[in-house]
This record gives sequence, structure tokens and C-alpha cells, in this order.
Amino acid sequence: MPLLEVNNLRTSFHTNDGDVYAVNDLSFSLEKGETLGVVGESGSGKSQLVLSIINLLASNGHMEGSIRFQGQELVGMKPREINRIRGNRIGMIFQDPMTCLNGYLTIARQMTEVLIHHQGLDYASAKKHSIEMLDAVHIPDAKSRIDRYPHEFSGGMRQRVMIAMALLCQPDLLIADEPSTALDVTVQAQIIQLMNELQQEFGMSIIMITHDLGVIAGISDNVMVMYGGRICEQAPVFELFENPSHPYTQGLLQSVPRLDTAGSVKLHSIPGNPPNLLRLPPGCAFVDRCQKVIPACGWQQPPLL
Amino acid sequence: MTALLYVDDLKVHFHIPGEGLFRPRHKMLRAVDGISFKLEAGETLGIVGESGCGKSTLARGILGLIPVTSGSIWLAGEELAHLSTEELRKRRQHMQIVFQDPLASLDPRMTVSEIIAEPLQVFEPHLSKEERKHKVQGIMERVGLLPNQINRYPHEFSGGQCQRIGIARALVLKPKLLICDEPVSALDVSIQAQIINLLMDIQEEMRLSMLFIAHDLSVVKQISHRVMVMYLGKVVEATTRDELYHNPRHPYTRALIDAIPIPDPAIERNKSFKPLQGDLPSPLDPPSGCSFRTRCPMATELCATEAPEQQEISEDHWVSCHFA
Repeated sequence: MPLLEVNNLRTSFHTNDGDVYAVNDLSFSLEKGETLGVVGESGSGKSQLVLSIINLLASNGHMEGSIRFQGQELVGMKPREINRIRGNRIGMIFQDPMTCLNGYLTIARQMTEVLIHHQGLDYASAKKHSIEMLDAVHIPDAKSRIDRYPHEFSGGMRQRVMIAMALLCQPDLLIADEPSTALDVTVQAQIIQLMNELQQEFGMSIIMITHDLGVIAGISDNVMVMYGGRICEQAPVFELFENPSHPYTQGLLQSVPRLDTAGSVKLHSIPGNPPNLLRLPPGCAFVDRCQKVIPACGWQQPPLL
Repeated sequence: MTALLYVDDLKVHFHIPGEGLFRPRHKMLRAVDGISFKLEAGETLGIVGESGCGKSTLARGILGLIPVTSGSIWLAGEELAHLSTEELRKRRQHMQIVFQDPLASLDPRMTVSEIIAEPLQVFEPHLSKEERKHKVQGIMERVGLLPNQINRYPHEFSGGQCQRIGIARALVLKPKLLICDEPVSALDVSIQAQIINLLMDIQEEMRLSMLFIAHDLSVVKQISHRVMVMYLGKVVEATTRDELYHNPRHPYTRALIDAIPIPDPAIERNKSFKPLQGDLPSPLDPPSGCSFRTRCPMATELCATEAPEQQEISEDHWVSCHFA
């Protein structure tokens, strides 16, 4: 049985301008210990996909379909039950490490809360455990640092704290939503290396969301490319980079300036802009920007092969 | 031939008030600390470094948007640092800037045509309404905006299109120098490629000199002729693009290049490198000697006591390191 199985998931938001369809009929599964990379541009629905998985949609959001985690159905689950899974069996790292930590509370208070709540530990042992976890993410001098406030940490350090916090209960699934986007390249390299290391140590599955194809190449086993709330290509990582089949994936790979080749050739660019999720075309969402359009693209949803 | 822009020993320091109530001890933040470079006509100089290294302050200092502490800036043979505000204002039509956040740098209450026409109203007030409209339409077409978008407001555009508006506003006066401060870092990959291609085409067409500031070394490699690497307000390495990427000599440059993930799993997974440890030290309290020594794998005692001088190790390749 796969760890996570998503079937025909649809997520929409009710707004004054009409319904916004962020995730459209999406299915995939994730095995234990596997790392799934999710790539896409802003507005492709990648963040809403993972927010749906952990049931953190905005109040105007609505989802249907099925999300089975360790055999349990998450769609329609009561808040009390989902609270037992979220933060415990599923850990989450968000993009901006500053806004995700509470600036008024010490790191110790924020980290121990997780263990006290989910595992019923007392404060002293929760704190001891938290310090061990901060050591695991290589925060120097964790013992004294744990009593400080988030603003006393740098961006990279805060992201390490976030990762430590997500891993406290040793979750089976770690979801990372652009964990390195807000960081400098040198710090990004530290964080990615850390995540690879921790995965080997704890053996959890990871869903890694990013728009950086270089990060995907380094960390994923399988890759899912999203566009307009749908999967446009899904493949094992080597297959995807060697032999991209979808015109969007091909365009995306060609439009990244690569350090090993940059400057020698002109960048390929995909003309136009990403689609408006308020008014998705009836057929393929990529139809306006695609160079291989055939008439059927305009009215028929392409099947996922 | 004189360079279009010549910056000599430029320093921008900020006074930071002390925290004590009764003992206000002033601290000095040396955001830009003695930077010199030349920029020829039609050349692009890429400036890279981590956040907080002073690259944006350098750009604003050159434009006179913040007061410089010392040093001189020569634009087309004329010294800018000692000009009066009024005089400097007139020179600004030759040097324009494109900012990082495309939407925040446009006035939400002005239409696209008003935004792009504003520099013309300021610097070329003699133009008739018709001429002005003609110029606005011309530049809009050049940067890839449609004529029917001329009366729309910035919020109606996507990030990439807003950046095109910003570029049109900067170019409508036909400046000699264009400073781009992280113009593509807020954009998606496919849009980023559109904007980079646009900037490269326009530069060739107008023979613009460009200062291109970015933290992404692969973007800089794509667009620049020469590259300057900054660390804590100082230049650590400066040379031509190919030399920098093929033969980086400063340990910081090497670490930056190694840290960039390459979108190819076969290469990316076989990379064996140790990412730079730690964070950028506080610019309020920089390390003694070489400012990079706290993170440098090669640091010795010499680095702690003596700051390395910038030396030319081969033709047009400048490095500040004791071991280069």
C-alpha cells in the first residue's frame, strides 16, 4: 500500500469573481521513503495541492476527491482527527521561515508545544528532545540557542529550526513548500544537503515543491510537473530530464539559464503568460503558449499517458 | 577611450544609533567599502553576492539616490559626486534603473501611458502631446506590450508584464546607463527567460551600458560581459565572464559557483562539494583582516591579521585573497 494516495482531487475557491479552480482532477501516489518533486510556476496549483493534503485550505476553499494517507481518508475528516495527523505523522515546512515562526515565543516554547501536544511528553523531556533535534539539523550551540527568539536567528538558521520542528515527531511524510526559495544560494545548498541527509537518517517520504529545476534534479526520485492545476508530466527524475515529453516541460528546461552552458546560446523562452485559473480553457491549459498545438487541444482535455 | 562609467574608491557608510539610552554609541555600517570599477559603452557588468553584501546600496549610491560617504563617480567623463541636487537631477536622464519588485515600483494610480510618459514630461517638456504619445507607443511596442494596454493600470498586469513596463519607463529617455537591480528574481522561470532575452536584445540595439545586479550566478553568466563578486561591501573578484566561470580564483567565488544546482540529475547528484558553512557575518561587526575568513576553508592566521590587497593575477583578473 502506498503511503499517500491522491485520487481525482479537485480544489476550488469561491470568490466574488467566480470559482477559481486551483487543483483539477489530480491523482498520484507516493511510496514510503520516496521523494516526489513538484515543479510548476506560480499559480500552477502546487501549493494548494499540498495545503489540500494537510487540510489547511482557506475558508472559501472546497475540495473533493480522495486523499488516503496510510489507508486513512483525509478528505472530510473531522478537525480533531486531522489535528492528530498534522504535525505528527505529516510534517510541513513552509517557504518563509520568518512568518511561520511566532515572533513572541522562544524557540523552546514553540518546539516543545509540538511534542507535548502530540506525544504527551512533559516539558523537560520535550525540551531535551528538541535540543537533540536542533543538533541533528546542525544548529551550533543548540542548548543555549533554544531559549532565544526567532529574530535572533538568520534566515538559514530559521529554516533549520522549521525543519527540526517538522521532524520532531518523526513524521512518515514531510512536505516542503519551496523551503529554499527565500534563501541565498550558499544557504540553499546547505539546506538541500541537510534534507538529503535527514531523509537517509529518518527514512521519511518527502514531497518537495519548488520552481527550481536544479533543486529537483538533486533531490527527487520522481517528478511531477504541474500546469494550470493539472499534472502535465510525471516521470522518474532521470527520465524526465533526459527525455521530457510534454512541450511545457521541454520549454521549462530550455528556459533555465544553466551554469554549465549559459551565455553560449540564447535562452529559449515560452511566449505568453500562465493561464488564469478563473477561466481555464476547456481543453489543454497550455494551449495558448504551446508550439505543437493541434485543433483537439482547444476542446479536449489531453489524457495523462 | 574613456569608460562610460568610472567609479573610484566609492564608500557608502551608514550611522547606526547605539542601543543604550544614556550611552548612545554610534556604530558604522560600511555597506559599500571602497569599490572601484569601469564600465565601457555597450558593456554589461554583472554584480553578484549574497543578500546584505551591499550590491543594491552600490547601485543607489551611483545614481545618487542615497548620499555617498566618499569616492568619485564619473559618468561620460563628468564627476557626479560633487554636483548639486539640481545638476545631478539633469544627469539622471542618462542613467536609469529597473527595480526588483515589478509591481511595487509602479504607481498603482497611474495608467501605463502615464507611467511611461512621466520621464518625458520631466526631461523633455518641449514635446507635444502627440510626439510624447508616439514615443510611448514606440517603446511599448519594443518591450513587447500591446498598444491596447496603454490605458490600463499596473494591477491588471502579471509580474512579467509589469517588469516590461518598468523597463519601458527606464528606456524611454534613451539613457546611456541602465542599472538593473535583481530585475528577474521575482519572476517565474519561463517569464524570466523572456525578460533576459529582451534586455540582451535592447542592449545590443541601443548600445546601452548595463549594471546587472543579481544573486543568481547563472542568470549573470547569461547576460554579462564582465562580472564582479562582492562580499560585505568589498569586491573579492572581478574579471571577464568566461575567465570567472572557468577559472575562479577566490574561494568565495568558487563556493558560489559550486552551490548552484544544475538541472541535470546526472551532474547534480555526482557533485561532490562542501557547501559554505554559516551565514554572512553582520556588516556592523565585520571580521578583522579578510572579511571572508570566518567561512573560508583556506583561512589561516594571516587572514585574521591582514586584509588582502586587490591584485591583478592575470590580465584583467582582479582578486583579493592571500592565496589566489
